[in-house]
Amino acid sequence: MPQYLLSLHTVEGEAREPMTEEEMKQSWAQISALNDELKSAGAWLFAGALHGPETATVVRVSAGEVLTTDGPFAEAKEHLGGFYAIEAEDLDAALAWAAKATAAVGKPIEVRPFRDASGA
Amino acid sequence: MRPAPDRVNEPDAAPGLDEAEIGRIFREESGRSVAALVRAFGDIDVAEDAVQDAFAVALRTWPRDGLPPNPGGWITTTARNRAIDRLRRESRRRELLGEAAVLSPAHVDPGLPEEVAPVPDDRLRLIFTCCHPALAPDAQVALTLRLLGGLSTKEVARSFLVTEPAMSQRLARAKRKVKAARIPYRVPEDHELPDRLRPVLAVVYLVYNAGLASPTEPSLCLEAIRLARILATLMPDEPEVAGLLALLLLTESRRASRLRPDGSLMLLGEQDRGRWDRALIEEGQTIVRRCLRRNQPGAYQLQAAINAVHADAATVEQTDWPQIVALYDQLLTVAPTPVVALNRAVAIGEVRGAAAALALVDELDLDNYYSFHATRADLLRRLGRNADAAASYERAAAMAPTEAERDFLSRGGRGSR
Repeated sequence: MPQYLLSLHTVEGEAREPMTEEEMKQSWAQISALNDELKSAGAWLFAGALHGPETATVVRVSAGEVLTTDGPFAEAKEHLGGFYAIEAEDLDAALAWAAKATAAVGKPIEVRPFRDASGA
Repeated sequence: MRPAPDRVNEPDAAPGLDEAEIGRIFREESGRSVAALVRAFGDIDVAEDAVQDAFAVALRTWPRDGLPPNPGGWITTTARNRAIDRLRRESRRRELLGEAAVLSPAHVDPGLPEEVAPVPDDRLRLIFTCCHPALAPDAQVALTLRLLGGLSTKEVARSFLVTEPAMSQRLARAKRKVKAARIPYRVPEDHELPDRLRPVLAVVYLVYNAGLASPTEPSLCLEAIRLARILATLMPDEPEVAGLLALLLLTESRRASRLRPDGSLMLLGEQDRGRWDRALIEEGQTIVRRCLRRNQPGAYQLQAAINAVHADAATVEQTDWPQIVALYDQLLTVAPTPVVALNRAVAIGEVRGAAAALALVDELDLDNYYSFHATRADLLRRLGRNADAAASYERAAAMAPTEAERDFLSRGGRGSR
């Protein structure tokens, strides 16, 4: 079964109204319902929300030495905020899950296929 | 293993079956073959290469043996056999062959004279894949013309004024996405259809308009009509598909009379109606009447209906403008765009006068659209405001899409009506 990464990106300093407690509760309820649905449909592989980019650390090899530096890797305004890894029959099925996810989290979702084991 | 119909010696020249004629037949038939092979092999590149191979075989055998009784069936069968051969040869594709055997358990025994075998029509699947919303619009158009229209990459490139390598890259990228992201090869379910049909119709309409805009590529207009006919045959119950076909036919009926010898545009009211193609009008109007009976109006049907009303009038003075305004009112509710509002204002001008039209036009936010200024210029001139009219012609000319149109507008535009 093909696997897809559903990633949600947060824009730093994005001007928007903070969620009210009520909205927050509703969003969490939606996300948890979506998680249950993914699991019972057998589509769930893994999911998680990430701490902000200020908590990131980058490790790289430079001149044969391992260098550890304060992150993030890319100085971008947009950061990966969280993701789902799912299994879906085809892109339409993956997009249908993404539609539910974007409704729950209120942010755009990028859908990308994983390479399969054979490298296709 | 198989009789290999292509293993021949010197082809004799058979009258009427030269390369151009064989090319024409392939272009007509290849969409159906590519669609069938994508289904059988689950891979667009394999399907394309196989049909290309079949073309090479046809170039050798058809002039000698004559046209097969069912050229479409012959192409599909030959291409399928070629694809199987190719997949067998390419060991790195062994896995794909295994997959193909599962997908297509009843593949034709290459030993049979299968040019009589009927080919199931998979073109609808193919067009929904080519026009999947996950692909960029320019990729949708390119894939559709290449795979369904049977145009060469070079022809597609020329149609959209990009270089052949750039178009080849665009096509390769789109096909890679189809494969990697697994854009499905199926006709959408009923509940998905409204959303999924929209880009399909938009692609066909865009192809037609690209043909209109480029006098050197009128074949794109015919290609768009051919695609619309295929859609109308395969989706007889979709009113907007019929509406699009009718719109294209009615627009096409006037294509020969829409340009002046210098290449500038001729307004509907100025055209020689004797040059309008009555057969296309008749066909388009018949479809429009059928749409009206079905009463599920949509943007394409309404535009077709407007064109049908114009086609009814022997002279511009006999045009049923109130009917046209009523249709524009409906169109504006389903497609509330400023361009529709501009055209509606022009129609209102014919019923209630230039001042009423100008008031509506001036409310529109279309400052960057050359037709907006050309329309304003016409209305101002009709109101006798010649200095304002001249200024508007000037602005329209500065934005005109073609040189001929620019020259024409800067000379003060259209003659009085």
